[in-house]
Amino acid sequence: MVNGLKKWRLFALLSALLVFLAGCGQKEISTLIPAGEVAADQFNLLILSSAVMLFVIVVVVIIYVLALVKFRRSKLGDELIPEQVEGSSRLEFIWTAVPIVLLLILAVPTVYSTFDLADISTMDVEAEEGDGMTNLTVNVTGKLYWWEFEYPEYGIVTAQELVVPTDERVYFNLIAADVKHSFWIPSIGGKLDVNPENVNTFYLTFDQESSELDDGVFYGKCAELCGPSHALMDFKVKTMNAEDFDQWVAAMQEEEPAPVEGDLAQQGEELFGADGAGCIACHATSGTGTSGAVGPNLATFGDRNRVAGYLEHDEENLKNWISDPQEYKPGNLMPDDETLNGGEPFSDQELDALAAYLMGLTVEE
Amino acid sequence: MSSIAQKKGFGATIWDYMTTVDHKKIAILYLISGGFFFLVGGLEAMLIRIQLMKAGNDFLSAGTYNEVMTMHGTTMIFLAAMPLLLAFMNAVMPLQIGARDVAFPFLNSLGFWLFLFGGIFLNLSWFMGGAPDAGWTNYASLAIASEGHGIDFYALGLTISGFGTLIAGINFVVTIINMRAPGMTYMRMPLFTWTTFVASVLIIFAFPPLTVGIFFMVFDRMFGANFFDVTMGGNTIIWEHLFWIFGHPEVYILVLPAFGIFSEIFAIFSRKRLFGYTALVFATILIGFYGFMVWAHHMFTVGLGPTANAVFALATMAIAVPTGIKIFNWLLTIWGGSITFTTPMIYAIAFIPSFVAGGVTGVMQAIAPLDYQLHDSYFIVAHFHYVIVGGVVLAILAGTHLYWPKMFGTMLNEKLGKWTFWFFFIGFHLTFFIQHFLGLMGMPRRVYTFVGDQGWDLYNAISSVGALFMAIGVIIMLVNVIMTTVKNERVGNDPWGDGRTLEWAIPSPPPFYNFAQTPLVRGLDSYWIEKMEGNKKGMTFAEPLGDIHMPNNSFIPVVISLGLFIASFGALYHLDGDKPWALPVLIIGLAITFISMLVRSLKDDLGFHITKAELLEDQKRGETDGSK
Repeated sequence: MVNGLKKWRLFALLSALLVFLAGCGQKEISTLIPAGEVAADQFNLLILSSAVMLFVIVVVVIIYVLALVKFRRSKLGDELIPEQVEGSSRLEFIWTAVPIVLLLILAVPTVYSTFDLADISTMDVEAEEGDGMTNLTVNVTGKLYWWEFEYPEYGIVTAQELVVPTDERVYFNLIAADVKHSFWIPSIGGKLDVNPENVNTFYLTFDQESSELDDGVFYGKCAELCGPSHALMDFKVKTMNAEDFDQWVAAMQEEEPAPVEGDLAQQGEELFGADGAGCIACHATSGTGTSGAVGPNLATFGDRNRVAGYLEHDEENLKNWISDPQEYKPGNLMPDDETLNGGEPFSDQELDALAAYLMGLTVEE
Repeated sequence: MSSIAQKKGFGATIWDYMTTVDHKKIAILYLISGGFFFLVGGLEAMLIRIQLMKAGNDFLSAGTYNEVMTMHGTTMIFLAAMPLLLAFMNAVMPLQIGARDVAFPFLNSLGFWLFLFGGIFLNLSWFMGGAPDAGWTNYASLAIASEGHGIDFYALGLTISGFGTLIAGINFVVTIINMRAPGMTYMRMPLFTWTTFVASVLIIFAFPPLTVGIFFMVFDRMFGANFFDVTMGGNTIIWEHLFWIFGHPEVYILVLPAFGIFSEIFAIFSRKRLFGYTALVFATILIGFYGFMVWAHHMFTVGLGPTANAVFALATMAIAVPTGIKIFNWLLTIWGGSITFTTPMIYAIAFIPSFVAGGVTGVMQAIAPLDYQLHDSYFIVAHFHYVIVGGVVLAILAGTHLYWPKMFGTMLNEKLGKWTFWFFFIGFHLTFFIQHFLGLMGMPRRVYTFVGDQGWDLYNAISSVGALFMAIGVIIMLVNVIMTTVKNERVGNDPWGDGRTLEWAIPSPPPFYNFAQTPLVRGLDSYWIEKMEGNKKGMTFAEPLGDIHMPNNSFIPVVISLGLFIASFGALYHLDGDKPWALPVLIIGLAITFISMLVRSLKDDLGFHITKAELLEDQKRGETDGSK
């Protein structure tokens, strides 16, 4: 019996350990592995509150278990009528006062951190030396079901893949173009709603270069139900050091994109353009511009980590997507292939050409 | 009219229930329809867990998933949890205060039928072009953009059933204030009556904001009113405020009666007076009061600014104090008692750790900056299921076992009851504990699918297995109900043996007039006091035996509700513009409602008297089976 109990305990301990070891999730997306100052602050609050709450749970469990062990009727006999105690004002005082103290322990960092995370005093401040701002600002627009990122200071815009420098505050202005969304990069910091009626502003700090990650990017999510494809409204975040970031900005700012190489890709470009299927009416292929496009900007498509925000980045998925966008993101606003291609689906050859062209759109070396 | 037992035909029984104004029969109606919707909501939950069993599952399509998820939440809150609690309030509260019925028996019936027709209307959306799909919170920008009639079904259905709930709330408040037996002072009321009282007050204050919000929604969709249309200067955040000014107190409307049921159970099955009764009462009132001060903690990420967030964070934390007071008083109630592990008691004992877990995660989410991470992730899904399943549903299951004999005169099988408990309890923790970690690992809520290899696969699979366990538990419970009903072994006044309050002093089920003579209450736990003093009758009487005035049955509540039900279809299809029959249907429906209201107002209905002779005859037959 005792032996069995021991084994059972060991088993329980091991399985608990297993759960907790496996239980931190993945670096790309878990709030339990913070990769930014904001997420780290929030993680610390999580640990602090968990510790305080664990204390409460332990106290409750001790009284609870003792009561259940000591006062079973099977032990006390069927006839016993317990003393009908009315209460105790001393005890009432204790279990009113102690929780208040515990809550005060939580309240102080809560209030501090609430104001700290809302601090936008260094936003839009001109840098003392050189030109530009001290901090980067990104205007984020949430649309059904994709994200647009505009860098107003640099006059560039991209979509689906946010590119930011590490080790500095990045400010975000959030607004929704249609229904409400919520902007969330779990391993970098908490979410903020993307409302249709007002701009919400906050900051995040990115402490780790995403190239160190297995997947090369952090994962961003829409956290507010926004329609059928809410679950698929993902974006990715590429973080790089300031130098690389400046290079990326410069490449994006190139007015003249690199010429398209290869026959197939050139066919694709033609098909993509106004004389072909007219994709370009919604999808810009130049990184310069402002937000407000109908479809995601594709200037960096070849550099991206995913197709449509969540599919493996390969030609197969790209072609599938172009052939039938509704299959992969129900309710999205991209027209189907027949509408685009004058009543007929794209032929395999046309799809190959489009894929070759799009995969060649790149600003990174 | 005689109360002599007669064997009635099936049709006559149905007619009897459709016209009844007896709080005990209305309780049974609430129990059956609430139970039915609980099964529907449970089925929807199973569909959700099947879909999320593995990454990239295609069991449900994206749109269908959103409908199922929306209807699961809406059904469980409005059509299952609330009616089931109203069932117990109706069945027990008037007995606990020594009343012969509620203050407004006719309204009681009307409240039920409004709820039922509203609930049926909402669920008919499945067969009539699609269910609502904007979540049970129905946030405005998405709801306005939603195509089809789903949102209209939501808005109109909840309006009708909301009327019903509001009527029930008003009725209970008046009943408790006015109809207490002599000697039943406020501070002698059983805790379940107290929590019913506070929850009813909350209903009165919380439902109007929801009604206003839904009216805005209906006006926007039907008449292009633009309350929520941003492009026309509307504002969708207003909906969020209105919804949560209702929505947060709603949590307490559900959980306070649950606390009440558990308070009764702890005292009964520990054979001990509730420890700190006064503190429990004041904690209840305090929770109800605070419940209105904290709605914006559902909106920390909306961008209300640090001042609002900080204030609401602190207010929310404050609620933990009265809740903690309750937990410790319950612990001290069983401490020093004589605990017997009946099915209701096991539920109550399981409730404490489950609810504490839900409570502490609640405090964690009150920390606004931390909530930026937790909000709208699976962490919050875990949290509110710990509160609502671990608190409310466990209370409903416990209450079903506890009050079944009082409502039906026969005991649910204890062995099957314990099987139900273990399956349900283990399944519950298996399903939801792991979801805390899913949330922390970055999984948002309300997703119809997820991409594999993000560390979420195993936990989702475990969660789905847990749901299966819960389903098995519920099925065993159904078997139990059927077996018990078939066997029909009658029980006496106090089947648990340790009843403390007035309802256990009268037959199971009680005669339709409840108390032949109104009791005189001499302290808290009135029946226990009489029992301890050796009073075989279980009561001291406040009046001599005499004629009793009772209300007549009425079919009018069904007609009033049916009228609104019909009118709703007219309103809904009138939106289409191409259905000329819609407007007449709307008018006919409203006409039915208003004419039946007029009939009710103009026709005198004076009720009837039970004579002393009939009461004596009843008593001679041994005071059992009074309801037949």
